[in-house]
Amino acid sequence: MELTREEESALKGEQGETMQMAYRILVATGEATDAEKLIPIEWAHLSGVNYNTIGDAGEEFLSTISKDARVKVKTTLNPMGFDIDNVSNYKLDENFISKQLSIRNSYETMGVIPSFSCIPYEIFDIPKNGTQVAFAESNAAIHANSYDNLKTNKESAFSALASAIIGKSPYSSLRKEDTPNITIQMKVKNPNELTYGMLGFYAGKVGDTSVNISGLGEMDQRQCKAMCGGMGTSGTCAKFNFVEGDPNTEKIDFDEKEMQNVHDELNTAEKGDLITLGSPQLGLDEISDLTAKLKGRSFEKRCMVFLPRTVKEQAQKIGYITELERAGCEILSDCCTCLTPLICKDDVDAVTTNSIKGAFYLKNSNGVGVNLKSLKEIVEDETR
Amino acid sequence: MNKILVSGKVEGIILKSNDPINFLGTVDKKTGIISDKDHSLFEKPIKDSILVFPSGIGSSVGAYTIYSIKSNNTSPLAMICKKADLTVATGCALANIPLITISDEEFESIKTGMKISLDTDSTTPIHYQ
Repeated sequence: MELTREEESALKGEQGETMQMAYRILVATGEATDAEKLIPIEWAHLSGVNYNTIGDAGEEFLSTISKDARVKVKTTLNPMGFDIDNVSNYKLDENFISKQLSIRNSYETMGVIPSFSCIPYEIFDIPKNGTQVAFAESNAAIHANSYDNLKTNKESAFSALASAIIGKSPYSSLRKEDTPNITIQMKVKNPNELTYGMLGFYAGKVGDTSVNISGLGEMDQRQCKAMCGGMGTSGTCAKFNFVEGDPNTEKIDFDEKEMQNVHDELNTAEKGDLITLGSPQLGLDEISDLTAKLKGRSFEKRCMVFLPRTVKEQAQKIGYITELERAGCEILSDCCTCLTPLICKDDVDAVTTNSIKGAFYLKNSNGVGVNLKSLKEIVEDETR
Repeated sequence: MNKILVSGKVEGIILKSNDPINFLGTVDKKTGIISDKDHSLFEKPIKDSILVFPSGIGSSVGAYTIYSIKSNNTSPLAMICKKADLTVATGCALANIPLITISDEEFESIKTGMKISLDTDSTTPIHYQ
């Protein structure tokens, strides 16, 4: 990778140890992905926030670098482990809470916006077409590339952090032109958000860095997010191109059989002890729709609803939150289903969810059973 | 293919594994010892070695483990891989541990116990002593 004279000097340590480390990360990432140079980015979105995933090593690292590291571009943040407003309702120990707050503090000291959201594309303004960004959250990177006309690779927690500090990213892969070698033909009739989540999961398994996808009808925001979340979970792929692809492109069907295989992999329980909605977190439109669906009905078991804090504040003003709480929902901001410490297999055998991304992590990380249902089925079966 | 991912200059003894290494979960972040019974480096200290292995596998959070073993002075002096993966690349970058990739042929020929000097500024980074 070619570096400018100024970049070379930073890599040698002439701008301090933190800059040197940030450049080492981008050079190592750039060499690993065959980048030719570094290019400016306008927005970084960081993962590596939840103490449940980064642990003591991550907490100590962030505490150390926050002494002098400062972000150079707009930088937003993935969810953390809990919502401070109601953490006392859950069995989390003091150590977890204090380490998580230390992580929060380190990011804020570095100048990061404490958004604690995995849907930055829904709660922040989208820059103009073609803008280079660095998103470490996989569903957000896929959404940015596929729906928002932004350009990012599927960044790691470290490359996104280094990009935030330097304001640049390695110019490689999806940041340049990328022509997929596979087209997935959607054949399943009457799809709901669960179907799109499974389609995304399947696409992530067969695709390399991007895939073409054809045969999609009109999709709402919930379905788009489900598809991005599913893809981000199963592989390295980070973009949908909504085209047929040229005749030389390999064509693969996503039909009932392929869908059933994904379903069998992730659906491990007949029913759940509790319900989770969110992963990705719910936006205001989804909260509005959920409120309408629950009119006059109440959940018969616990239902955790995950959303960004800004969405919760808007929903509070409109009155949605009161209505959802009346229906028995537990409203949680700043955190999400994915890698949550709030669901423990000692207390819960299985969880019902409409999220493929959530299902994957509940099964593999929390070690609980998963019962997949669409939101429509959840409302029909679990409320009255 | 030879790539220099993290530069540096060290001398040391090769410790080679034909198994890939999952730094998150199988490498102790204090001692640097591999706790996976099925791994060819099970219970072997990697401290101060030049660690040769095909590539890293597993979660990118494993990069923090590499940073931790460096902070705890139990890390290798350098790492040499066949394939560059982002977890090991960013972990070595965080910890400032030299990292290069080598060809399949050179990987085959390199053996545990060999003494080498590694200098990423040199046109031939590895010198067998």
